[in-house]
Amino acid sequence: MELKNYETVFILTPVLSEAQMKDAVEKFKKVLTDNKAEIVHEENWGLRKLAYPIEHKSTGFYNLIEFKATPQSIAALELEYRRDEKVMRFLTVALDKHAVAYNEKRRRGEFNKKPEAKEEQAA
Amino acid sequence: MTLMNEPLNRNENRKKYCRFKKNGIKYIDYKDANFLLKFVNDQGKILPRRITGTSIKFQKKVALAVKRARHLGLLPYVTDSLK
Repeated sequence: MELKNYETVFILTPVLSEAQMKDAVEKFKKVLTDNKAEIVHEENWGLRKLAYPIEHKSTGFYNLIEFKATPQSIAALELEYRRDEKVMRFLTVALDKHAVAYNEKRRRGEFNKKPEAKEEQAA
Repeated sequence: MTLMNEPLNRNENRKKYCRFKKNGIKYIDYKDANFLLKFVNDQGKILPRRITGTSIKFQKKVALAVKRARHLGLLPYVTDSLK
């Protein structure tokens, strides 16, 4: 079965302790690996402020996982998200070749300056 | 003194261009909220192409990225003062 590139971001409620949060992340990683997905990269953005309240909370734990999986396993992952009340929001997107290249660059150099620096010259 | 008016606004006839085409940016990251701020007004609305000069191909991608960022609580749906 051919694997596609995906990326998923989910927001966990801020009422969890650090350990509970880690457990939840592990759980979703396990769902992925059980579905024969290959985890490429994961990132924990920590407790972040939300731009607007979600479920009456103003902050949330952001987590990002980049992985390769079959299209069928996405349904399993999203079902897990929906069943889990710790998850406030989630977003899973398929990555095209430009996105994969961009993510690789982002991981390697943490180049958060690069697009902005270009913009400043242009502006 | 001539009777001709001085041009008031020289920026007016500066040609607009698509920053993505010019800089060779291929992918617009919905996770980079600071960058997306350039494409929304201070109420958080997406700016039209006629103001930013973005080409249609990338305007669609900008719109998609802004909408994804809103879903994830990185950008507001509605607000009074963003900037």
